[in-house]
Amino acid sequence: MPLTDSLRNDILAAVPSLRAFAISLSGNADRADDLVQETLLRALANIDSFQPGSNLPAWLFTILRNLFRSDYRKRRREVEDAEGNYAKTLKTQPSQNAHLEFEEFRTALEKLPQDQREALILVGASGFSYEDAASICGCAVGTIKSRVNRARSKLAALLYVDGAEDFGPDETVRAVIGGSGG
Amino acid sequence: MKDLKSQASKSTTPGKGGLTPEIQSRIGHQLRAMYDDVVRQGVPDRFAELIKKLDAPGATPHVENEGGSNDNNNGRD
Repeated sequence: MPLTDSLRNDILAAVPSLRAFAISLSGNADRADDLVQETLLRALANIDSFQPGSNLPAWLFTILRNLFRSDYRKRRREVEDAEGNYAKTLKTQPSQNAHLEFEEFRTALEKLPQDQREALILVGASGFSYEDAASICGCAVGTIKSRVNRARSKLAALLYVDGAEDFGPDETVRAVIGGSGG
Repeated sequence: MKDLKSQASKSTTPGKGGLTPEIQSRIGHQLRAMYDDVVRQGVPDRFAELIKKLDAPGATPHVENEGGSNDNNNGRD
């Protein structure tokens, strides 16, 4: 479809979430923004192939994910030491008291296999359905579900290996997350 | 009929993947916190400009400041 004002606004509205996805995937804010820029250029160049009424964010996420994966293959060798570096390269800084926990979490996330990491982010953070996530990743719904479950298990093992005893969410956290346990 | 005790213990019963619901919630919470931290930064100027320019191919890109947007980052590398 042609690039109407409303479509352009919808694309703009998806940018914050595309950036968050790109940073979660790449662990690097600069690289993430390059990915987003490339995604937007590609989307705009191929806007005719977007089906009106279909899921625009899912379409954009698919483009970004494919770009990331082809880029990742190219860069793999140079970023093998990313584990220790990537947290430092992040421009975004969480609030101070959460900082350590954030960094720990990001480091653990980075240790997940890429398939599992992207599945977990799409479903657990971007808020896509399993069906949309499957279409973005080009795989079966059951595959996404199992990747998400394995990702959670691995994160839990990395972060909370001592079990639940050293983990006591305060009441605020409980209240915030309580309703979305699904 | 189950008593309240068994309901109370539910929250520490391992769920799918052997995870307790508490740990699942915690992972979900941290994941969203990390993600939303970026989402809250909104649309950087470079992307707003990019989409604006491409919207009018061939036209001279013009910057409108009617929204009072802050273009301080424009001079950046």
